[in-house]
Amino acid sequence: MVASFLVAVTVGTLIAVICRIEGFSGLTWNEWTAIRFTFFQSFVSAAVSVLLAIPVSRAFFRQDFIGRNILITLLGAPFILPVIVAILGLILVFGSKGILSQLMGFSAFSIYGVHGVILAHVFFNLPLATRLLLQGWGSIPSEQFRLGQSLSFSPFNFFMHLELPMLCRVIPGVFLIIFLICTTSFAVALTLGGGPKATTVELAIYQAFRFDFNLSRVAILSIIQLLMCGLIAVLSIWIAFPAHYEGGLDRVRPIATTGKILDFICITCATIFLILPLAMILIRGSGGLFLLPQSVMFSALRSILVALAATGLATIMTLYLASLIVYSSKVYEIFGYLPIAASPLVLGTGLYIIFYNWIDPGKIALPSAIVINAMMCIPFSLRIITPAFRDLENSFGRLANSLNLVGWSRFRWLIWPRLKGPIGFSAGLSVALSMGDLGVIVLFSNPNHSTLPMEIYRLMTAYRMDEAFGAALLLLMLSISLFWIFDKGGRINAIT
Amino acid sequence: MLSLKSVEYSVGEFKLKADFEIPRLAKVALIGPSGAGKSTLFSLISGFLKPKSGSIFIDNEDVTTKLSNQRRVTTIFQDGNLFPHLTVKRNISLGLRPDLRLNSEQQGVLDYAIDRVGLTDLVDRKPGSLSGGQQSRVSLARALVRDCPLLLLDEPFSALGPSLKSDMIELVDQISNEKKLTVLFVTHDPEDAKKICDLSIIVSSGCVSSPMATKELFENPPEILRDYL
Repeated sequence: MVASFLVAVTVGTLIAVICRIEGFSGLTWNEWTAIRFTFFQSFVSAAVSVLLAIPVSRAFFRQDFIGRNILITLLGAPFILPVIVAILGLILVFGSKGILSQLMGFSAFSIYGVHGVILAHVFFNLPLATRLLLQGWGSIPSEQFRLGQSLSFSPFNFFMHLELPMLCRVIPGVFLIIFLICTTSFAVALTLGGGPKATTVELAIYQAFRFDFNLSRVAILSIIQLLMCGLIAVLSIWIAFPAHYEGGLDRVRPIATTGKILDFICITCATIFLILPLAMILIRGSGGLFLLPQSVMFSALRSILVALAATGLATIMTLYLASLIVYSSKVYEIFGYLPIAASPLVLGTGLYIIFYNWIDPGKIALPSAIVINAMMCIPFSLRIITPAFRDLENSFGRLANSLNLVGWSRFRWLIWPRLKGPIGFSAGLSVALSMGDLGVIVLFSNPNHSTLPMEIYRLMTAYRMDEAFGAALLLLMLSISLFWIFDKGGRINAIT
Repeated sequence: MLSLKSVEYSVGEFKLKADFEIPRLAKVALIGPSGAGKSTLFSLISGFLKPKSGSIFIDNEDVTTKLSNQRRVTTIFQDGNLFPHLTVKRNISLGLRPDLRLNSEQQGVLDYAIDRVGLTDLVDRKPGSLSGGQQSRVSLARALVRDCPLLLLDEPFSALGPSLKSDMIELVDQISNEKKLTVLFVTHDPEDAKKICDLSIIVSSGCVSSPMATKELFENPPEILRDYL
């Protein structure tokens, strides 16, 4: 049932969108520019993220210092960070009145447009690239480093014989993941991009829908978006995506004695780059936090409800799919990955087209956001829950079967107690992600149904920056608290 | 009570053939080297594996096509008999009702079983904090509360010390007499077999012998058993 629901929503909305094409006479200049810009910014963002991640991850790998593990954990934080909060933070640092231009006395570049989009994408994806590459360094067996030492390798020899082959193996996958994330990025392009020079296809869908209400153009752009995602999906069949690597028998990292200063410069720069924008939100937002208008409070409440509902829906669908995968067939994994290829904007437009004749679009804004957010959470939730589910069945399935522990009893006394941890973690990620989502909701935007990220965007475009920073801090605190509650909740009394 | 009629099973190179019958209330030892097929035989009886051909009867009922949870068999495995996240009491209660909603009569059965195996003071503990012997007692208590006439023991006491093991075998003997269970007991140790099993079956390289009187078997062992001993 869940599987057919996923297919119905993804394929159904797509068909609804395609039916709107009225005569196709080639792509216009605008569409070509959007395609070109999407590829260009994705390519540059992915390339810069990966290039910067090489020295940073190498430094993390080679050096040992107090706080290393905390910093590596923090590298995972951008995943639960609301995009709009990060963007406001980046504006406070790199904007025309940001601390960087104040320090230098002039502004080096404009944060709006191409530079800003790439900067924001690097901010989000540098940590991801660093973590994935760090796994890559860890995959070089330390026996090989020892062998190199006994052969008196120079640092250059080490690089050529051990590190370069690993990089060649790992980088294509990392690059492709980030490229994919950037092609479907919407909130960054919406807030920092825009204009003919910096419009992604996703943003063009939004503009065609919202400003021109040209459904035919929306349909054409949706197909383009789908083809691009499909192209990358096909590419990814040949390129191995980074998995969790098993290292050599010896898990001790070789701690470098040379290049210490350079390594610490890399780590410090990366840390400042990632932490400064958030610190600025904390500083600037705390003033505005208590002056927030009532509309912000209501939108915050709405966001919390949407996030909780989406998380509930995502968790139920994920558990159901995971049980199908474990008990029936691995084929069901496909349904979980279907939402990756679908874009939230295309889904949203499709739902709008299906329902707008019958229902006031404002009324389906929040339900659509719930359904689409839930679907977007399924791929990673499934990756967290399915392996744990399989382990559990391998260890206890036989005993549970022999005791006739089936149906609800099996869930209540076996699955739930043993999967609480992973379920809590994936629910925490889902709730934070839905909380910060600035995607489909802007399609239907209406002041009476706005969510907190939407409200922040509105304040920002109205140049009410102090209130925007205050609301951003509120959103940040809510997202982190909700993540923490779910993750912690799952680990209470959990058995390891 | 239990009968296997021309049962054949194979996976890869390994083949198992079995054709035997066990009378009600018998206690039968299964003896044979590792890899001979003792655990496979148990999996066939308890329904975790399906035979390629032949049929299996328990209590005159053909169970060949039935799933493991529909067969009236209790298996105590070598390890992993208990859920580590549930208390001793709940682990035992699962044998009465998988949803753990016991009525007063079942509660009485539970209390008796807990008392019978001597776990009264440990009911609220989790298996992780019990000794190996105590864990075995929990499994036996669950076998005691279940309404299954056939008990399969797959070397459950092999990790215990000699005196503890002999206590456990003693307990199995008492419980199965009391509850009128038919017992199949895999063991490596002839002493275990001699202690409680009147009959023995030899499993060797995929062949399962018919049950023979244990005493005579060890007084005058056939060649296969001599090699093994």
